Amino acid sequence: MSSTPPPSEKQKSSEQAWAKPSDRLNVEANMPAGSMNLNVQGRQLNNPLQGFGQMWQKTYRIKLIAPRVPATGKAATPQDIIAGWKANFPKFWPRGNNFYAPLTEIQPGEVAVLNLKGPGGMPLSTGVRVIYVDDEQFSFMTPQGHMFAGMITFSSEQEAGEVYAQVQALIRASDPAYEAFFKLGIIGKMEDEFWTATLNNLASYYGASGQVELKTQCVDPRWNWGAAKNIWHNAAMWSGIYTVTTPLRWIGKKVSGKK
Amino acid sequence: MATTQLNLTVRKPSNSVAVIDIHGEVTGAAETPLMSAYEEASHNGVRTVILNFSNLEYMNSSGIGLLVTLLIRVNRQKQRMFSYGLSDHYQQIFQLTRLNEAISIYPDETSALNAAG
Repeated sequence: MSSTPPPSEKQKSSEQAWAKPSDRLNVEANMPAGSMNLNVQGRQLNNPLQGFGQMWQKTYRIKLIAPRVPATGKAATPQDIIAGWKANFPKFWPRGNNFYAPLTEIQPGEVAVLNLKGPGGMPLSTGVRVIYVDDEQFSFMTPQGHMFAGMITFSSEQEAGEVYAQVQALIRASDPAYEAFFKLGIIGKMEDEFWTATLNNLASYYGASGQVELKTQCVDPRWNWGAAKNIWHNAAMWSGIYTVTTPLRWIGKKVSGKK
Repeated sequence: MATTQLNLTVRKPSNSVAVIDIHGEVTGAAETPLMSAYEEASHNGVRTVILNFSNLEYMNSSGIGLLVTLLIRVNRQKQRMFSYGLSDHYQQIFQLTRLNEAISIYPDETSALNAAG
């Protein structure tokens, strides 16, 4: 007879909320024609300790004034906000950035391919894995090669009768090249504009107004030199190489097709 | 502001080791109590901080983020962080988030104390 006690409700809900560990990412998303599926398959996740640059906690928060559930018109609770956010996640991203996931709703364990506008407008293909989902928040971790090593958590809560939505990133630049762009203010500005636009789009979806506030905290001012070798996985570099060699691949296909 | 269902106690089995017993939930609301417990634990030459997760009821992704920021503080003080009492499920979460590469996991307090030296 086993003496292991039955799992509690909290244990069960935790097991449903968390993704299962896997050594390497596996892309199952159907990628539309013209999209780039690079720098995700076979990569490992990196937590903030495994990146190179200074570590930052950036919190983007919006007070949603009079949010309403679009389908019913009733006042939206934090659970309604998260339900809508999970179901429509890619729709809230700024134009020109794409999130390709295998399912229509954010689910634990999903691997999504991201096609982003990188530094200088260059297309950048990278990804995320959904590591945690419950009724009030969900979180992503980034893979090797992403601009940032770390975790991003999307949440909603009620405070003093007001409903808030929040994006909180615990991140550091993945490698010295990204850190240089970050220090130049390029990547940080892109990140701030990206999540501000996302929260404004979320607010619009719920018919709410509000102002996004940003709180930035340096968690670790040091560089993690042991992670300098991460540059080998730099998704911007590999996406750039892929983009500039596209004509060569096209010619190669034509030539091989004639044979 | 979310409230926390968390109770933390600090013990010092030796001059160089402190144990933080975690009872309850580690979520984003645990930041203040967890950092206060660490302040209390890290006084007077403590070299190793051990987290006892035997009575952990729940941990969400914000809780994992808190452990990362705590680990940074520990590393900056040139201390080590160990853990024990993690259920199989939470050991998997440490594996998923690769925290197991930064926080040594032991099956029980005796093993953790022996490793702390």
